[in-house]
Amino acid sequence: MMEVSASSVSLREFGCEQTLLSRPDGSASFVQGDTSVMAGVYGPAEVKVSKEIYDRATLEVLIQPKVGLPGVRERSQEQCVRETCEAALLLSLHPRSSLTLILQVLHDDGSLLGCCLNAACMALMDAGLSMSCLFCGVSCAITADGRIITDPTAAQEKESRALMTFAIDSTERRVIMSSTKGSFSVHELQQCIAVSQKASEKIFHFYRDSVRRRYSKNL
Amino acid sequence: MKDTPLSNCERDFLIKAIEEKKRLDGRQTYDYRKIKITFGTDYGCCFVDLGQTRVVAQVSCELVAPKESRPSEGIMFFNIELSPMASPAFEQGRQSELSVKLNRQLERCLRNSKCIDTESLCVVSGEKVWQVRVDVHTLNNDGNLMDAASIAAIAALSHFRRPDVGIQGEEVTVFSPEERDPIPLSIYHMPISISFAFFQQGTFLLVDPCEREERVMDGLLMIAMNKHREICSIQSSGGIMLLKEQVMRCSKIASVKVSEITELINKALFNDRTARKAGRKCGFAESLPQERITALKTDQSEVEMTDVSERASDIIQKAEAPPPIRAASPVLPAPGVGQVGHGLQNTWGLEEDEEQEEESSGEEEEIKMEEEQREKDKTTEAAVVEISDSEEEEVVILYPETTKKPKNAGSSSDQKGAAASKKRQKK
Repeated sequence: MMEVSASSVSLREFGCEQTLLSRPDGSASFVQGDTSVMAGVYGPAEVKVSKEIYDRATLEVLIQPKVGLPGVRERSQEQCVRETCEAALLLSLHPRSSLTLILQVLHDDGSLLGCCLNAACMALMDAGLSMSCLFCGVSCAITADGRIITDPTAAQEKESRALMTFAIDSTERRVIMSSTKGSFSVHELQQCIAVSQKASEKIFHFYRDSVRRRYSKNL
Repeated sequence: MKDTPLSNCERDFLIKAIEEKKRLDGRQTYDYRKIKITFGTDYGCCFVDLGQTRVVAQVSCELVAPKESRPSEGIMFFNIELSPMASPAFEQGRQSELSVKLNRQLERCLRNSKCIDTESLCVVSGEKVWQVRVDVHTLNNDGNLMDAASIAAIAALSHFRRPDVGIQGEEVTVFSPEERDPIPLSIYHMPISISFAFFQQGTFLLVDPCEREERVMDGLLMIAMNKHREICSIQSSGGIMLLKEQVMRCSKIASVKVSEITELINKALFNDRTARKAGRKCGFAESLPQERITALKTDQSEVEMTDVSERASDIIQKAEAPPPIRAASPVLPAPGVGQVGHGLQNTWGLEEDEEQEEESSGEEEEIKMEEEQREKDKTTEAAVVEISDSEEEEVVILYPETTKKPKNAGSSSDQKGAAASKKRQKK
């Protein structure tokens, strides 16, 4: 059984900018501490006949690392992000169309997958795509002495015993996707989920504030 | 994804405007768009905004073996990624013509001009040298990617610091950034490329074409120069025929522009250096514009966690126990062969040694030993008997065996029926 001390759990400062690129239909950059990711969305657009689905849109996710060519790790992260987006987006509104989401890693200082999910959600909102719920990504790490920390930095991630990322939806705070690394007990898992749900409230609040600020001026 | 094609009226409008010396965004013929250069948190990361065209460059290094032909020189590697984010026409993974052209031009501009001292990148001659890799990612394509990429690449190279290396006789130690301060690369000069777009068979020229202007241009002239007025590379594409005076005029314009841009890069490097020395945080996060309505930033915040433990314990207690799964325990019939559970019966009726070994099941040691014994007998028998694959030899009647193997039946009485019958016939 692990005791979680309230003082150790905090989220780094985060920031976001929307509509920063002129070509994509929707774009956003999300910053958590020093970790920054830029996301661009194109869609709904024409789809190749080989990839088309008759009743839904085809969602494609691409994650570009900063150094080198994308490898297997990027592919698995793309899979996680794609499954989350497919659960949240209303794909059946755009049959035989393609939605492309491109994420560019600008700096990686820990909780990269969580930051990618947040950037993706803001970009999809910016593109005006219909979603059944918003989602956010929260990363947790369990240190060697059993404490839970949210939003770990790269140094904290390296020394942790287990690392987990959860995608949480905005309507009922349920877990849409989870990606874990390392070993932990069932009790620790449930505690991390509860912590992530609490942390996600802050992030959803931030989404709301950003969008409210963005549309505060009527043209 | 396909890019939207340019309509005829747009094309005519643009050409007519250019003939009247007017540009879409109100610039003059020789004006550049606003250039913004910022640096990232780690050394070697540079963001360049040329109007709406945005690129990011990252420099990294690692120790590799040198090329055979040049054993005491370091290696430079350039890569421009045309990311699908920059334009719907760019596709991931496909080496389009534009991507090849840009890569080649950047290589010629930076590598062939010998702006970096590669000899200083040598650690142990013939064995270990530094390979410096420059990755340029395009984020938004609003025309003139080449210039933005060259500015980003040279600024990132000037910003980059490589780890310090100590050589003591035979021993080479690479120090981490915490142990010893990393040292900058030795750069002789900064080549920067300037692009000129030509219209109406070379009659009109524009500097720094935007995306719409690039679509209607006839040809492009790219001149890479440094601030000492030395031309590092010159390339003309599109098949336009230029007069000598035009090329001379362009090079004069280029030298003015290059000195302005070099000034900008140096200023940005200086600002970054002072900020780092003063201990201020640098990076993309810091350069997030605060005053804009589209940007928002919050501070570090605590997460309320009072009832987390209770919630977790509640969930676990209320959760149902998972259904018990009876999994067969793993068995090692032979060294290097592992098996979990019974395999399905092989109904081909072919006699193969591996089949017999694999199919052995047996959860108890003794039975396993017995089976192995029997197997060995069978295999020795099989070794004596010659079995050919020819179907014409004998007709073998397969008796359907039961799929559930009784525990004590032991080995591959799999094809017992068939095998035995075949053997009997042989014998």
